[in-house]
Amino acid sequence: MTGEHVLPGLLSCRNNKTKAGRDRHQVKGNHVSEHVIREESVRVPLIYDPRVRSIFFQLLLVALLALGIWWIVDNTIENLRRSNISTGFAFLRGRAGFDISDRLIDYTSDSSYGRALLVGIANTLAVAAAGIVTATILGFLVGIGRLSQNWLIRKLAMIYVEVFRNIPPLLVILFWYQGVLAVLPNVRDSLSLPLGSYLNNRGFYFPKLVWEPGSGLILAGFVAAVILSWYVARRARARQMATGERFPVFLTSAGLIIGLPLLAYLVSGMPVSVDYPQKGTFNLTGGTNIKPEFLSLYLALSFYTASFIAEIVRAGIMGVPKGQTEAYSALGMSSNDGLRLVVIPQAMRIIIPPLTSQYLNLTKNSSLAVAIGYPDLYAIGGTILNQTGQAIEVVVIFMTVYLSISILTSLFMNWFNTKMALKER
Amino acid sequence: MKKLAIGLLSAAAIGVVATAASADTLDDVKKKGFVQCGVNTALAGFSAPNDKGEWTGLDVDYCRAVAAAVFGDGTKVKFTGLSAKDRFTALQSGEVDILSRNTTWTVNRDTALGLNFAGVTYYDGQGFMINAKKLPGVNSALQLSGASVCVQAGTTTELNLADYFSANKMEYNPVVFEKFEEANAAYDAGRCDAYTTDQSGLYAVRLQMSAPDDHVVLPEIISKEPLGPSVRQGDDKWFDIAKWTYFALLNAEEAGITQANVDEMKNSSNPDIRRLLGTEAETKIGTDLGLSNDWVVNIIKATGNYGEIFERNVGSGSPLKISRGINALWTKGGLQYGMPIR
Repeated sequence: MTGEHVLPGLLSCRNNKTKAGRDRHQVKGNHVSEHVIREESVRVPLIYDPRVRSIFFQLLLVALLALGIWWIVDNTIENLRRSNISTGFAFLRGRAGFDISDRLIDYTSDSSYGRALLVGIANTLAVAAAGIVTATILGFLVGIGRLSQNWLIRKLAMIYVEVFRNIPPLLVILFWYQGVLAVLPNVRDSLSLPLGSYLNNRGFYFPKLVWEPGSGLILAGFVAAVILSWYVARRARARQMATGERFPVFLTSAGLIIGLPLLAYLVSGMPVSVDYPQKGTFNLTGGTNIKPEFLSLYLALSFYTASFIAEIVRAGIMGVPKGQTEAYSALGMSSNDGLRLVVIPQAMRIIIPPLTSQYLNLTKNSSLAVAIGYPDLYAIGGTILNQTGQAIEVVVIFMTVYLSISILTSLFMNWFNTKMALKER
Repeated sequence: MKKLAIGLLSAAAIGVVATAASADTLDDVKKKGFVQCGVNTALAGFSAPNDKGEWTGLDVDYCRAVAAAVFGDGTKVKFTGLSAKDRFTALQSGEVDILSRNTTWTVNRDTALGLNFAGVTYYDGQGFMINAKKLPGVNSALQLSGASVCVQAGTTTELNLADYFSANKMEYNPVVFEKFEEANAAYDAGRCDAYTTDQSGLYAVRLQMSAPDDHVVLPEIISKEPLGPSVRQGDDKWFDIAKWTYFALLNAEEAGITQANVDEMKNSSNPDIRRLLGTEAETKIGTDLGLSNDWVVNIIKATGNYGEIFERNVGSGSPLKISRGINALWTKGGLQYGMPIR
């Protein structure tokens, strides 16, 4: 800073400057731009120069922040050294030694801590993804239900929203875990459900499809059906644009997607068998098992978040001017078509930004899994923290992963928002 | 402007100096006026609040003994209930001065986690408990293949469990809970076929079940679990106090000094006892530890000797009725051996 360097004629300089400012305003007001008096031409002491001042304060802020961070890091390293705690991320290669029952990727107790963390991340993503899909569907249904003409549906939707919105998510999780799933019968008295599936206090068991050699054709049939459906939808749209004739796209696609793989299945000689759950000594064996920890977390997060999404949807729909409804009615569209083609697309523009926040909340709330023993990132990371004592490293991993998931979700939703935004043609 | 900047910088610099953690726990404890002790939240016999809301148990009494050694008053101690997962961080960060929470002494904890174990207040081993009513015919842990097992996260128990099942080529489903109470509740609700923790813990958990008589502890012991108190590394003075408080409890039992007779014992003609109780002329044992010379008298007055603590909390005087077994004194065929105080 050159604050002490006082220029002679300081006062007159300031006067000049204010005068210059005034001149400029007048000049601008008169739309004579080439007459602007440039500020550099006036010698102002640096201390009074607003640009220098703002740069100085920004530098000061950055310096203070850097100092603060350096102080925290230095203090931490010093304290860790003093209490003889080893640091670094090398521990991630060590043998984990504990087992995880709910896992989507291969893992045994001989795998590394890093692998265990991956299992946790996969579990977090699984419950978050499943929760987001269910919460969105449920939220839209309830949100639209709140605006229904039917008194009963309207009131039921309102009660749903008010109940779940006003209970802490942890209680909702415990309600599902201890209030609903724990009171299911034990393994020996499992509830038999249709299609060879069972429900008991160890979770939901259903038959597993075993893909035998030759079943690739079925997958090929499915892929072909999806591509064909997409093509049909495109053609139908083009035809409707050109001629106004409509084509039953939904029914055709459904027929294709169910029919083609089924045909492939029959043609290739039925290469898929079913593995039914059987009663073993302790648990049901065979089939696929969804554990009560996952179920309660998934249901709780979906139900809890759906109540917020319902309100967002209601706000979005009510944010569409009434004139739009009147307009589609005047054009003779049915209220279903009008809702689908006129109201919802406009409401989406109001809905999407707050919806993103709800998705992020749901993902972050999934760390409450620790209360019921679902091995998500936070639960597994906590175990690793305890076995290795690497508290700071594990917390850094927590923050990095949750931050990355959140940023990716936001980026996707921002992209979706731009796509849905009003396009001026 | 410049002065302000310099002022801010120097304030920050002072902050850096001032926050370096103090390494003298004894001074800190004396300044606060109490010992902050990390204990289990609810393990009957070891540390659990009683019906009057006071903490009781073997681990709790050890902390009272430390408080009595430091302040001459066994009530100058505050307890922090910790989950298995939080316990080491709480000690490392200085939230508690001493960790007395049925913690197994392992080399990893002694080195990489920066702890110092002061001794073994209870020699334990890991076992399994099952609901015999729901699983008739199961009488060995080796029959548990395919079972769901409830276990607490972040314990050596969780690791031993994995090792035991893989060594015996058996399958199992671990159901892992962060908190002891959550694991207990899930087992009681039938979420798991078996419950595993230290055997002493199993007897305690059994008492908390809705129908304790339905549950049996299987005979297998699958690990060594020496449970003991620990302190932070880097403070030898505090470590000495933790260690010698434990030895004092053992030596008092060996010498027959009890809560009831400690005052008469002070006049004993036995030089060993007089030395232990600090009544020998010119003794420096207490002051060398940074305590008063009657520190052992204070400890015994507050909690009694090791045998008294054991019987009151987990032994014949408690609902757990655990026999001394390997926790008897070395003179009676057990492993408890107090280093000589002289």
